[in-house]
Amino acid sequence: MSGLLGKKIGMTSIFDQAGNHLPVTVIEVGPCTITQIKRQDTDGYDAVQLSFEDKKEKATTNALKGHFSKAGSTPKRYVREFRDYIPEGLELGDHLELSDVFKEGDRVNVAGTSKGKGFQGVVKRHGFRGVGGRTHGQHNRERAPGSIGQSSDPSKVFKGMRMGGRMGNVRVTTKQLQIVKVIPESNLILLKGSVPGPKGRLVEIHNA
Amino acid sequence: MEKLNLIEQTQVKDIPEFRAGDTVNVHYRVREGDKERIQQYEGVVINMRGSGANKTFTVRKISSNVGVERIFPLYSPSIAQLDVKKRGKVRRAKLFYLRELRGKAARIKEVSRK
Repeated sequence: MSGLLGKKIGMTSIFDQAGNHLPVTVIEVGPCTITQIKRQDTDGYDAVQLSFEDKKEKATTNALKGHFSKAGSTPKRYVREFRDYIPEGLELGDHLELSDVFKEGDRVNVAGTSKGKGFQGVVKRHGFRGVGGRTHGQHNRERAPGSIGQSSDPSKVFKGMRMGGRMGNVRVTTKQLQIVKVIPESNLILLKGSVPGPKGRLVEIHNA
Repeated sequence: MEKLNLIEQTQVKDIPEFRAGDTVNVHYRVREGDKERIQQYEGVVINMRGSGANKTFTVRKISSNVGVERIFPLYSPSIAQLDVKKRGKVRRAKLFYLRELRGKAARIKEVSRK
């Protein structure tokens, strides 16, 4: 599955030729450097390792410096693997550009880390509806989970019971997003719809 | 941020300058089946919101004794033409108070503004 790494820039809206108003996410994509190619016979599976966005040499460990210099590349901030995909005719250290991989009208899956929401209750975290109403003598129950188990049987709370806790900051994939526009000069891509994570966060774009 | 502006600038067109309180005539392209015709809609601008490519404005008029409001995206390609008919003198940016007024009370004084 071919793909590239990018950085979420933000959302806006544009009009297409038919005059439809489309919500779009702007993503800065690549250029990505090939820093390793894994093959079935040596590594047990086929994959290409791409890296994206320069970082300072002094902020790089010696181990990583060696890894990047092997590919003849400058140190990069993000390194990700794309499985079952070997780019044809490309060597270590070559760059993959936006226009090589994506074109307008294609569908892509975008994976990234979602925004962290902190400790959230069951209403926000699991879509519970709270307990009852505001009146009829109730108080402080509006967003409560209700009963979490029965008394004598089973007289315990089952594992996996949906309760409050940390929400967000997990890997999320948005599938089948349409590419509205590709702007190779400024390495920008416009996808219809939203993409996980805040502005400035790394996203992986896979061809669907 | 500049990169987002780069995208938005491609959407922004030259449009006659107007603000809340002005009377405008919007020539809007309407598609019926595969035919396209132009519909005129004239009324008072009571609201402008958003920025860049997302900017919209609301036009209010009284049509056969019923108040009608339509929201247009400012840079929509469906707007074939936009004429500013009158410049109104108003003291706020959102004229939602007009919804409560009828007839003579809902008039807006005209002002010469360039």
